[in-house]
Amino acid sequence: MTDRSWMSSVLTAARPKAVAALLRYFRDLDLAEEAFQEACLKALATWPRNGPPRDPAAWLIMVARNSGIDHARRSRRHTPLPDDDVSISDLSDQEGPTVERIDAADYRDDILRLMFICCHDELPATQQIALALRIVSGLSVAQIARAFLVSDAAMEQRITRAKARVAKAAQSFETPGPAERARRQAAVAAMIYLVFNEGYSAASVETAEKGALADEAIRLARLLLQLFPAEPEVMGLLALLLLQHARAPARLDANGDAVLLDRQDRKLWRRPLIDEGLALVDKAMRHNRPGPYQVQAAIAALHSRAPTADETDWPQIELLYGALERLAPSPVITLNRAVAVAKTKGPGAALAMIEALSGPLANYFYFHGARGSFLAEAGRNAEAREAFGRAIALARSPAEAAHIRRELDRLSEAGRPAAAIRE
Amino acid sequence: MQYAILCYHDEKVVCAWSREEDEAVMEKLAAINQRLAREGKLGPVARLLPTTAATTLRKDRDPPLVLDGPFAETKEQLLGFYIVEAASLEDVLAIARELGQANPGGAYEIRPVGYFVDGSQAG
Repeated sequence: MTDRSWMSSVLTAARPKAVAALLRYFRDLDLAEEAFQEACLKALATWPRNGPPRDPAAWLIMVARNSGIDHARRSRRHTPLPDDDVSISDLSDQEGPTVERIDAADYRDDILRLMFICCHDELPATQQIALALRIVSGLSVAQIARAFLVSDAAMEQRITRAKARVAKAAQSFETPGPAERARRQAAVAAMIYLVFNEGYSAASVETAEKGALADEAIRLARLLLQLFPAEPEVMGLLALLLLQHARAPARLDANGDAVLLDRQDRKLWRRPLIDEGLALVDKAMRHNRPGPYQVQAAIAALHSRAPTADETDWPQIELLYGALERLAPSPVITLNRAVAVAKTKGPGAALAMIEALSGPLANYFYFHGARGSFLAEAGRNAEAREAFGRAIALARSPAEAAHIRRELDRLSEAGRPAAAIRE
Repeated sequence: MQYAILCYHDEKVVCAWSREEDEAVMEKLAAINQRLAREGKLGPVARLLPTTAATTLRKDRDPPLVLDGPFAETKEQLLGFYIVEAASLEDVLAIARELGQANPGGAYEIRPVGYFVDGSQAG
């Protein structure tokens, strides 16, 4: 690897810790970010010459704090800074025990606060994701704009608006208590899953930037697990993301069309991601404190463990979806359980199960797609065609519509011999 | 004389590599590994998965204590390692507990292996 990419890896890795500490110090997100940028420029100028510091994050915080103070003075928007903040003011290039102490005591709540800011209740999901990618991950506005398929200007505006809303909201710089910490951790986990889904979503066009969002979500989940190394739900979240992302190379065929799980070439799945995900599921289960992420990860693990689609442990998956329904009831989860039921008890049982869902999921693409498949499997082709027709009307992307059209084609091919006999 | 080369690096930096950067490093290492294997110098090579997947068995007490996370004690040193085949974390913990009974004190850090080459066959 070149010097340059090595430096950028180090700066990327140090960013959440450094910006989080600077936010606590300056109590101003823009100032913290600008100061960090200046410190990075200084690092690019001095590290190649003097060699990298032993603790890059501590070096960046110290340099950023100094340049940030200069900046605040120059721009005359200087508000009295808490200079009695011993945990930061004692930093120096000679890294001593102070740095170690900050590491253990403060960084966890700092980084959690930085991530939690992006999860503000009033921000719509897309703004939470954009803000997290900008502030925590440090992606450029242009990079984020490409991932969302909008113009740079539109994304700039979206992020500025989100930041303004966050700035208005009262933020606590006190050390959170255990209950508040748990609440923040849950909100951050949900935000990370949103980032991942944005990267994974079949509803939008697949691009390199989309894949980068999934990688970024995994990096954020790793960070959260480093903050809470004994929290089974955080293990579950990281495991879930790793196991789903492992299948990415098999999800699209040569034409860019989506390939369903049971038709994917499992040799293309990324083994190291699966191994790490399975190890994390194992670790989480040992705690005997199940939660929605763990159960979803356990379901993904069963798919990963099956050498072929036919060897999938559907009875166990059905049980896990049942557990998930109890933990987090939702018609979408019931629909997923019905897919497992179709495999274990046949399409008739699945159709009976989803009858009650036709109201709440009336406008849900996957409901009509799944219902069509169950009907086709039960040999009720006319009704299947009608269900697939409704699914196509609700498709949010050409890829989704194309997928259903292939199901319809399959139905016509299957129907042809029967038609021939009738003639 | 056989030597073990133990690989240390800042995990946050390595996890910040893009897939392309990671693959580029692994490719360069594989080229060296293949040459060493041809020369009959290479033993097993393993890359461990990140410490987020690590578990530690403290065997300086009875019964031993299972902790999430990597080994993090600077007063103890790495004195050796095993590579074992196990179906689950419970299985590998059972093996570690048995080893710990024969050799109490200290700790075992348990890490899933992400990449493994048996050097004798890599040439």
